Amino acid sequence: MGRLSGRVAFITGAARGQGRSHAVRLAEEGASIIAVDICEDIPEIPARFGTREDLAETVEAVEAVDGRIVARVADVRDFAQLQAAVADGVAELGPPDIVVANAGVVPFTDFPSMPESVWRTTIDVNLTGVYRTVKAALPWMVEAGKGGSIILISSGIVNRGGGIVVDYAASKAGVVGLMRSLALELGPYNIRVNSIMPGNVLTNMLVSGNFGRVVAGAVNGGEPFASQEEMIDAMEAMFRARNMIPLGWVEPRDISEGVLFLASDESRFITSESLRIDLGFAGK
Amino acid sequence: MGNAVRTGRVAGKVAFITGAARGQGRSHAVKLASEGADIVALDICEDLPFAHSPHATWEDLQETVRLVEEAGGRIVARKADVRFRDQVDAVVAEGLETFGKIDVVVANAAAIQYKNVFDLSVEDFEAGLEVNLTGVFNTVQSPIQSMINRNEGGSIILVSSGITYRATPAVDYAAAKTALITFARALANEVGPSRIRVNTIHPGYVLSPANDNLKYAERTAQLLGREPFTSLEEHRQALWDRFKPQNMLPVGYIEPEEVSNAVLWLASDASRYVTAEELKVDAGFGDK
Repeated sequence: MGRLSGRVAFITGAARGQGRSHAVRLAEEGASIIAVDICEDIPEIPARFGTREDLAETVEAVEAVDGRIVARVADVRDFAQLQAAVADGVAELGPPDIVVANAGVVPFTDFPSMPESVWRTTIDVNLTGVYRTVKAALPWMVEAGKGGSIILISSGIVNRGGGIVVDYAASKAGVVGLMRSLALELGPYNIRVNSIMPGNVLTNMLVSGNFGRVVAGAVNGGEPFASQEEMIDAMEAMFRARNMIPLGWVEPRDISEGVLFLASDESRFITSESLRIDLGFAGK
Repeated sequence: MGNAVRTGRVAGKVAFITGAARGQGRSHAVKLASEGADIVALDICEDLPFAHSPHATWEDLQETVRLVEEAGGRIVARKADVRFRDQVDAVVAEGLETFGKIDVVVANAAAIQYKNVFDLSVEDFEAGLEVNLTGVFNTVQSPIQSMINRNEGGSIILVSSGITYRATPAVDYAAAKTALITFARALANEVGPSRIRVNTIHPGYVLSPANDNLKYAERTAQLLGREPFTSLEEHRQALWDRFKPQNMLPVGYIEPEEVSNAVLWLASDASRYVTAEELKVDAGFGDK
């Protein structure tokens, strides 16, 4: 018997990275998965996003642990796409008990040169996208009448300052405000709403975008690094200095363990909680 | 003692738990034992003159021993007062001798006086801090060097309170419980390089022998301006009704096991990179 036997989890941004890790970890504990991802790049955001091939790999990884999964391409900026994906998932697996609003972008743009289009996109994905994700799943959860657990992925950067992430920080702080009010409104339905604040996580989202250039500017005199390995090492050293536990980042599975705890009945009376999984970054 | 291979989410770990004779402390001991840990337990096993309600007894502690062993765990359980460092040190030394290590510390022992600011003398205030803050310091400092020397990480869990995010009619208790937050943060920074994590847990209203008793029921009746309760069951219902509107989830109080589930998660390697964190287990009380 897994810790989530018989449960259904709706996860956004599931093609790779943290989202894929959550899909696999929850499936390991018996949950069925409704997975969505945009599966294409967004022009305003200078990073490589997940692809349809990546999403197919997530499907394989979930099935490899005997999990059932319905995967759909959907952009969290498009409510109709989310609704359709959830409806497909419900038809095959049943209504969601768990929502993991994980899809997110981080442009890494300094404020003075940030175009409004970048700001709008970040808010639209990271904050309004979370709102749409919850709204797409909620009617099914309320109708099912079994309560549930909604987990919103915020960020450790909310508690401390961070450079070149003004839009990201605002969106992630917004998620926490959203969480608190949602927790109060949905409490009577026994639906818990919590957020997780990850520290840095080593994923494609982190290494494929602008941040490498920022690190190069900080430690390499602006010269591009000779290799991605060198860039990652430099990034890791920068982050490590700000953490209580002397590592640069956590692994996706560390965030997944938090998601699992909040998704399961072990946390059935925990709501309106922001769970930091961040090597002590926020407290240092 | 036997040394069978243990399974479970804290298999092979040794947990030092204070205030373990009943209530939340007992629940943590049993939960961790059921997931593979061995237990080093202490409790004052006598009443404190300044505390509002009766504390646990030696018989209570023996019952904890029985339940832990039934759950498959080994246990060393001693009468000791966390205010007295030599007593804490003696229990920790015996625990280290018996099990070879301590990986997890659950600083749970506490006392509450329920005196308002006018009735609380300086001595009363200091007495409250002595148990709830200095007692935690003793509990943590006693085994910490052994944990650092072993260099295999560890998890220190300080039991704070859900009231740190709201007001409570007990300034000494409020001060001590909130102080544990920054204590944990400072300690987490010091021992982070040893991979020892330090976090606080903030339970909401938990039904336990600390409030599920006649003395406490007298206080509830006074606060509600009503006739004395005729039974503990009637009192429990009154507590439920009184606190339910203050929570986001539709409950008046929670059981100790709910807090134990969170203690288990923090004690296990699943939370290996969680440190300097405050984990509320409070049905949404803190943010409502």
